[in-house]
Amino acid sequence: MSVWKRMTLIFRSKANKALDRAEDPRETLDYSYQRQLELLTKVRRGVADVATSRKRIELQMNQLEQQQEKLQGQAKKAIDMGREDLAREALTRKSGLTSQIADLRVQHEQLQGEEQKLTLAQQRLQAKVEAFRTRKETIKATYTAAEAGTRINEALSGISEEMGDVGMAVQRAEDKTAQLQARSSAVDELLASGALDDVTASGPSDDISRELDAMSSGSDVEAELAALKGGGKPQIESSESGPILEGESVETPKQEGQS
Amino acid sequence: MIVRILAEGQYDVSDGALDRLNALDSALENAVEANDEAAFGTALAGLLDAVRTAGVAHDADSLDESDLILPSADSTIDEVRGMLDDDGLIPG
Repeated sequence: MSVWKRMTLIFRSKANKALDRAEDPRETLDYSYQRQLELLTKVRRGVADVATSRKRIELQMNQLEQQQEKLQGQAKKAIDMGREDLAREALTRKSGLTSQIADLRVQHEQLQGEEQKLTLAQQRLQAKVEAFRTRKETIKATYTAAEAGTRINEALSGISEEMGDVGMAVQRAEDKTAQLQARSSAVDELLASGALDDVTASGPSDDISRELDAMSSGSDVEAELAALKGGGKPQIESSESGPILEGESVETPKQEGQS
Repeated sequence: MIVRILAEGQYDVSDGALDRLNALDSALENAVEANDEAAFGTALAGLLDAVRTAGVAHDADSLDESDLILPSADSTIDEVRGMLDDDGLIPG
């Protein structure tokens, strides 16, 4: 049998089974309407959840981009001071962030897609639930046991199909959001650890640094290093053992009166 | 004829388009049976596109049952097989 014939039969029998059949068909209409309203609430919550996850990722992307700019600045400063090792470390970290940001961008697009789909699903369900409510009231007002069966079944089967479809959409969106949330938490931890804050705050052999090293691509670093060296100012002598680049507060020594 | 694409909605499709859609459906069926992921992607996209092109959106506030139901555009071959094996099509 063709894919769509099987699919249609299976979908229909499941949707039908999901109905609570009551002895009085009018009650079945009310039960179904109740479940429709519940599903609508669930879809609305789903849209809100996906939006929250999307915003969280936007925030993380912003933070990581700021971090990148800071590391770029530190690398420049380190080169100006003749500390190539520190510049290399900063650029290595920056390179690690680039892949994180690219990953977040993909997740962001996925969530945007889910949000859009779910919003449309909500609109479709809303329209059908409204139609069902009207139909239900009409059927009840003119109820005669003899003809009710057919009309009720028509109304129920149409809405059950929509509910099955939307129910699946919500489930998918929930699954996807849950997957992404786990990865998102890892980025939050990285940001919260403070390990990204300052190249000089910890030696280049701490865990975060090793992790970033592994993630970074060496060629990017070399290329940027070369670019920086090419475009950088003439090197300025630095004191041999001073705490170069300690935090942001240490200024590049100014060499007044010379140039 | 009313065709539903899951996660997308219902379309009114004229009976005249059915031959072409049946051919595309056969391609999809073959791909699923052969477990050919690439062919599956092409066949599903082709079938859904044909429904969207040949059909017009069915009234949003109708309570009509669809004559045919098709997988959503982002379905994987495993998901479709899972559905056809009658495994958890409707959650809950």
